[in-house]
Amino acid sequence: MTTGLDLGTPATQAIRSDEDVVRVRQLVRTTAVAVRLSLVDQTKLVTAASELARNTLIYGGGGSAEVTTVADGRRRGVRIVFADQGPGIPDLDLALTDGYTTGGGLGLGLSGARRLVDDFDIKTAVGEGTAITITKWSR
Amino acid sequence: MERVPILKIGDILLVSIQVDMSDQTAIQLQEDLAERIVATGCHGVIIDITALDIVDSFVGRMLSTIASISKVLDAETVVVGMRPAVAITLVELGLSLNGIRTALNVERGMELIAATRADDGDVAFDDEDADPTATP
Repeated sequence: MTTGLDLGTPATQAIRSDEDVVRVRQLVRTTAVAVRLSLVDQTKLVTAASELARNTLIYGGGGSAEVTTVADGRRRGVRIVFADQGPGIPDLDLALTDGYTTGGGLGLGLSGARRLVDDFDIKTAVGEGTAITITKWSR
Repeated sequence: MERVPILKIGDILLVSIQVDMSDQTAIQLQEDLAERIVATGCHGVIIDITALDIVDSFVGRMLSTIASISKVLDAETVVVGMRPAVAITLVELGLSLNGIRTALNVERGMELIAATRADDGDVAFDDEDADPTATP
């Protein structure tokens, strides 16, 4: 589950093309630098965001990424919600397995992204869409 | 769409990725490189990723694919300049860069390609000073 208080207004980036995936990376990078994540944590978060933004585009048929700065006690972090109104994920356990793909990729996007962040939450309903929330905290 | 330039230096094609590539740009680079390898007959490809602040599964796969295509076209690929944070993230992501050789920088990449060609016994044909009949 996600915890922490929202700080400031979230920034939203639509994901409609692969140029938008680049924009999501840039927005996440800027926010991660602003909350002073370490260089390795910035890199992990931006990489996870890149995987999930691409999934939103390819599997979800497009959607959006909402990036928010959050705080929990003395920790600060970056939370991102990737949302689409696509077909949803019928078998979540399978989708989270390394190497499983329906799209011809490497099958590391979802499972890999989960390993790169601190909090990972996924809500999906067949025919309605998917929302994935990730958070990376400063140490 | 941006395009990544490919430079020819002697027998080597040098690609220095300086932009945050969209997936289309990455696919285009793959195709451009294959064409340049054939057009120039170069035997080495160096991909400098010093400026890349992330390598995700898509770019990782592109690098593996380029290495495989180059191999089929008789060229060695070496990826150079990976940042430490990128290496740490790649491993955690679970990506193994299959078939990819790496070196710390362009200079070492060039040495690696030269050494590989020498091991293959091809270097004598390229070197005018070498006498193939000479005994050591």
